[in-house]
Amino acid sequence: MNKFKVNKTIDEINARIRAGEAVVVTAEEMVGIVRENGAEEAARQVDVVTTGTFSPMCSSGAILNFGQTLPTIKASKVWLNNVPAYAGLAAVDIFLGGAEPAEDDPLNKVFPGEFRYGGGHVLEDLLAGKKVLLKAIAYGTNCYPNIMLEKEITLDDLPDALMVNPRNCYQNYNCAINLSEKTIYTYMGTLRPRGRNANYCSAGELSPLMNDPLYKTIGLGTKIFLGGGTGYVTWQGTQHNPGAKRLENGTPCRPAGTLMVQGDLKQMSARWIKGVSIQGYGTTIAVGVGVPIPILNEEMARFTGVSDADIITQVVDYSYDYSHGVTRNYGEVSYAQLKSGQIEVNGEQVKTAPLSSVVRAREIAEILKEWIQSGDFTLEKPVRLLPDS
Amino acid sequence: MYTRLFVLRFPKETSDLPIICKLVKQYNVEFNILKATILPHHEGIMVLEIMGHKSNVKDALAYLKSFGVTIERLSTIIRRDNEKCFECGACTGICPTAALHIHRPDMAVLFDPDKCTGCGLCVAVCPVRAMEVSLDQSVGAMG
Repeated sequence: MNKFKVNKTIDEINARIRAGEAVVVTAEEMVGIVRENGAEEAARQVDVVTTGTFSPMCSSGAILNFGQTLPTIKASKVWLNNVPAYAGLAAVDIFLGGAEPAEDDPLNKVFPGEFRYGGGHVLEDLLAGKKVLLKAIAYGTNCYPNIMLEKEITLDDLPDALMVNPRNCYQNYNCAINLSEKTIYTYMGTLRPRGRNANYCSAGELSPLMNDPLYKTIGLGTKIFLGGGTGYVTWQGTQHNPGAKRLENGTPCRPAGTLMVQGDLKQMSARWIKGVSIQGYGTTIAVGVGVPIPILNEEMARFTGVSDADIITQVVDYSYDYSHGVTRNYGEVSYAQLKSGQIEVNGEQVKTAPLSSVVRAREIAEILKEWIQSGDFTLEKPVRLLPDS
Repeated sequence: MYTRLFVLRFPKETSDLPIICKLVKQYNVEFNILKATILPHHEGIMVLEIMGHKSNVKDALAYLKSFGVTIERLSTIIRRDNEKCFECGACTGICPTAALHIHRPDMAVLFDPDKCTGCGLCVAVCPVRAMEVSLDQSVGAMG
């Protein structure tokens, strides 16, 4: 006996996609469809719900192979536009981290630092077709005698460029405030003293993992929108924490699940991979990700019908509690409240600002919807789902 | 009330003259100095909000120009690079005049140059440096 009234398989949905008959809606559109028709009817009507998110995601970067030189080189230290890349791989393979600042950056020596250029900016420049200066030094071996390399490269010159992001798409995140007496500069932005502003960072009802909160469809091998191209979920992300406190609708009220994703950088675009500078904190990278959710049954319809009012997060003090591991919060708020521009903390009205672009998240969900509707993008069955405990 | 924001640049030979105080007495306009860097023997720069009858404001500006002061509307020298901006909204939490604000419910991040006072707080807060405030260095350093 099947426990659901509506039962579809990914193969059936793919057949409908190929036939141009699949009904695809964005996660925002699904909210109204489920509200009006109920989850069961919505599950009959809709085949795929598309999600999206576009915000800074520090744990992102790229494995680049820059091709051999004559004579050959085993690069031991490598810089791209003066941003150090990790070279402890094979001869001309490197990993460039999105959050790596340029080597001559003054950092926080004059506080708060500006952090104008880093690994994320290098990747954005490569995607924009710009030339990037590659420098490498080596100690020289019999098989790799060259000890120095300096040349301008473009993305087209690289034999391989693979985006590898160990942690993207955090399922929920803290709302940050500062209860100290002076302004602080954090990865959650600039926070004024005495709780005068609050910053948050989630696409809310559009966010990929908020629409499959218990990881019933997303897993290793799920095909996704990544940086404007197609990529894959390749593992659960680092710090994946399925055990976080949850509401009855399945959504977590704390940072919870995460995704590790990979994709061919050469398919991506500078519109969806952007270098980011966060005052006083560092350089990082904004990544656009969208995940399609197959509506296999009424449970998935109910999950994807979740609205900003149904998702909550905690308000955390970043002046002391966060940095000292104090597990305390100053209340819980819904994303509907956060998006209204004002929340109440300790009885006071506090102005809120997002760090995650809803406009771009919506655009990603719309692009993914078009890809699927046109028959170009079918769903992949994951080989293993994300751990749910 | 007609209210406009201007950026004034004073020639260095005017740095020791009382100029702004006469706006009230002779031209019947009110003003609010939002920023000023006036140093002896240096070109001075001021961000000034002027309020009053339109014709009085016009006369006041002509008076300022008679000292060789160059005048620009603040809103014409502050811009958002819409290619860079990805409408995250981080600036909206820090903008004191809501010139940068969020349109609801679609959450579009909008910039209204007429509300901007040129404080420059958004410049460093913007993750992609999309805000350009091209006052001179000395004023930028004040912000």
